Amino acid sequence: MTDPTIKRIETLLRKPGVIFGAGAAILLLVTALLALAFPLYKPLLSAQFPFSMIVLAVMLALILSATAVCILAERKIAGFTQDRYGPNRVGFWGLLQPLADGLKFLLKEDIIPRHVDKPLFLLAPALALAASLLGFAIIPWAGQVRWPWMPPDAPPLSTQVANLNVGFLYLLAVGSLSVYGVVLAGYASNNKYAFYGGMRAAAQIISYELPLGLGLLVVLLVSGTLQLDQIVQQQAATGVWNIFLHPVAFFLVLVSALAEANRAPFDLPEAEQELVGGYHTEYSAMKFAMFFLGEYVHMITSSALMVALFFGGWHVWGLPGLENVTWWAMLVKLVAYLTKVALFIALFMLVRWTLPRFRFDQLMRVAWQSLVPIGVALLAATAVLTYLGWQHNVWASLAANLLLLVVLLRSAARSKRPVTARQDDLPEVDVRPTA
Amino acid sequence: MRDDDIIVLKEPELTAAERLYLPQILDGLKTTLRHMFDLQRRRAVVHQYPEQKREDTGELRTANYHGVHRLNKDPDGRVACVACFMCSTACPAHCIHIEAGESPWPDREKYPVKFDIDELRCIYCGMCEEACPVDAIELTPLYELVSCTREELILDKEKLLQVYEETKAVKPRKNPPVTDYGLTGRQSLDVAQPNVERKV
Repeated sequence: MTDPTIKRIETLLRKPGVIFGAGAAILLLVTALLALAFPLYKPLLSAQFPFSMIVLAVMLALILSATAVCILAERKIAGFTQDRYGPNRVGFWGLLQPLADGLKFLLKEDIIPRHVDKPLFLLAPALALAASLLGFAIIPWAGQVRWPWMPPDAPPLSTQVANLNVGFLYLLAVGSLSVYGVVLAGYASNNKYAFYGGMRAAAQIISYELPLGLGLLVVLLVSGTLQLDQIVQQQAATGVWNIFLHPVAFFLVLVSALAEANRAPFDLPEAEQELVGGYHTEYSAMKFAMFFLGEYVHMITSSALMVALFFGGWHVWGLPGLENVTWWAMLVKLVAYLTKVALFIALFMLVRWTLPRFRFDQLMRVAWQSLVPIGVALLAATAVLTYLGWQHNVWASLAANLLLLVVLLRSAARSKRPVTARQDDLPEVDVRPTA
Repeated sequence: MRDDDIIVLKEPELTAAERLYLPQILDGLKTTLRHMFDLQRRRAVVHQYPEQKREDTGELRTANYHGVHRLNKDPDGRVACVACFMCSTACPAHCIHIEAGESPWPDREKYPVKFDIDELRCIYCGMCEEACPVDAIELTPLYELVSCTREELILDKEKLLQVYEETKAVKPRKNPPVTDYGLTGRQSLDVAQPNVERKV
């Protein structure tokens, strides 16, 4: 049955030297091509708009391939936390698994059930992926750069694709757009489970927009600007990341980001145990893959947002020259930023394989009865601090956070109905069949 | 049972940490992280399947594993089945199809002309093995059941007898002369199993 040639290729691919050698060769080839073509695109690098377009293309490619790697990482982490190995068959250490997955998705039969609302059914996955991808436009990947061939007095170029005035408001807007994909998929599938998944997603994302917004407002009050690059620059200038000013706000944003990305423990819209597959029950092949990609892209976007808002973006302590706009400083910044994002994604994944899913009433209680009050109280406290002009004072902010935390924890510890409570005081339902 | 036999258990009160939920999350993360970096445990627990098989390490319990079926042969090399239909009656998945014919041997009335088992329908519960009065049908430790078509996995009598030849080394037939047909029937012992030496 097994073809000896296939067998030989398989064993060859499982040698680390072959994989890493091929990777290095491809990298070398791409670098050589880019170097050869350099005179062609050199003028493009010197002006902001074409440079933004290049950043867009590069980052898009990077993120889309990063999602493939993310899926491998997710499965590896899942395996490791459960004392397994995870995928380790395709290529050395399973490194070619993303390739195999992609190929599988492309070659699978793309089924459109007869009972679906066809236009919406086709639109939904595209919307889900597109809305997630839109968010990348404003991530300040590596600060600013002035190329060596540019005149020394020229304004440095921004590595953001679009430096919008409205900054992270835009991210909030397009971030919540992705729920349209999910809701439409649920509706168009004409399937009770899918519909229920879509409804859950709608209710969940509406609820978690609020704490997310409140957490972001705190950052807005501290920094006084909506533009992400300026927020990062402020943190880099003082060396005090916003996480040290407002850990509670970070916590709010972290939890809401998990919920917005439909990640465990908030993955109710696609709860396999309850809803078959949730909103993507009826989807197969590439359309299913688009939902999948959308979820991971959303995860990367929210991680990048949190890194910019709370973890100083590209800033690293103890590295001199980061405030420069030379190209090597830009590379260092980019690596720093991506490393932080990767750490966040690892945290997301670890959380997914640690926590059981919330029940829906718990989910709502977490949002409306704990996160929103915390957010409002924190916002009020920050507003007072800002009024007094102390918004950059670490000790004042920390004290406010700590005080809030103590008050909240005391009340939560005394609470009769904690998040973990059972659903025991619901009115009794008459389950006898009606005549 | 009286009322005071009923023990009412109260749910334990949640501690403050449990009610806060957050410390529990950190606890959980600690557990998963510990497992993530526990290489030794992973190596000890995981079998890398196609290369490492449990039957090679002796961890597969061959005596009672519920794998592919086999039809046993009696000491004379004849099919042991007497086509009584007990297994196909007991089968909850209706995967056994038997056609009986008049036995060419004098020690039994019937024998299976056809004996087909649909291995894809079978749920490997072992009821057929329990039901068989002559221990003719048994489940083997073979679990690698692969084919390119569904038809290939409907095993007929020849294949089932071949499975017996393949597996009798790992799992000898339970009690070869389980029932001596002759003792309860009209034939004498010598007719029933002429080649077997008898203890009186």
